Amino acid sequence: MVPLSYYLVLSGILFACGVTGFLIKRNIITIFMSIELMLNGVNLSFVAFAAQWHALSGQVFVFFVMVVAAAESAVGLAIIIAVYRTRGTLNVDHVDLLKL
Amino acid sequence: MLHLIVFSVFGLVCVAGAVNLLVQRHPINSALSLVVVMGSLAVEYLLLGAEFVAAVQVIVYAGAIMVLFVFVIMLLNAGEEDRTKGSRVALLFGIPGMLIGSVLVAWVLLEKSGAGNVGVGALPGPPKVIGWLLFHDFLLPFEVTSVLVLIAIMGAVVLASHPGAVQQESAQPDQREV
Repeated sequence: MVPLSYYLVLSGILFACGVTGFLIKRNIITIFMSIELMLNGVNLSFVAFAAQWHALSGQVFVFFVMVVAAAESAVGLAIIIAVYRTRGTLNVDHVDLLKL
Repeated sequence: MLHLIVFSVFGLVCVAGAVNLLVQRHPINSALSLVVVMGSLAVEYLLLGAEFVAAVQVIVYAGAIMVLFVFVIMLLNAGEEDRTKGSRVALLFGIPGMLIGSVLVAWVLLEKSGAGNVGVGALPGPPKVIGWLLFHDFLLPFEVTSVLVLIAIMGAVVLASHPGAVQQESAQPDQREV
């Protein structure tokens, strides 16, 4: 038997790592991967709570989160390709102007 | 006891992968450590009894999304990122604030939450029940999701297509008229 709080702490650690990566990373692809890490942390807490209360809706919500993450990553990576095509860089510090 | 050991091992692998994602400078190394995080998370889901979520985690996240990431990294020929200096105020207040906050949250979760234990395979949810839920209770969100995915596909195609190609195609009918 593992306490539910262990799962919650693990998901909190993952979410904190995602936030930290989002803030300190300079490569736009790595920033995007940090967002995926945050989503994974939230998914773990969803499944842990679903196991705690024997509520299967939690798993369905994880399914929806995954679908939204897939759609988001498809559009986001397309945006990254478009940004790289117009700017020629992936460093977010160099992508700080609206006009070219 | 065995449950706790397996949970700890894969939890440590998970956290190690997440930290490695932050430390590595080349995006491809970060992507591969993210695959490690997702794989060990799938094992944690299996421990909780969520077979469906574990399978979808491996297929969709570790399979599809990460392959997309690796494709884009290789397509754009992304090199090592150059470090820039962050602000000193953020270091001065951010790190102690983050430590205090995380210790507080962990203490509340571990000592004061009153949440019970979770056994191995605690979820009584075979994929059949989840499919029933998806097509009865969550039918409207499910259909809205399909629209969302369709829009995402079209958006990705439009955004990633070369702008010159669209102009040439739209220019061709004019030439025929002339």
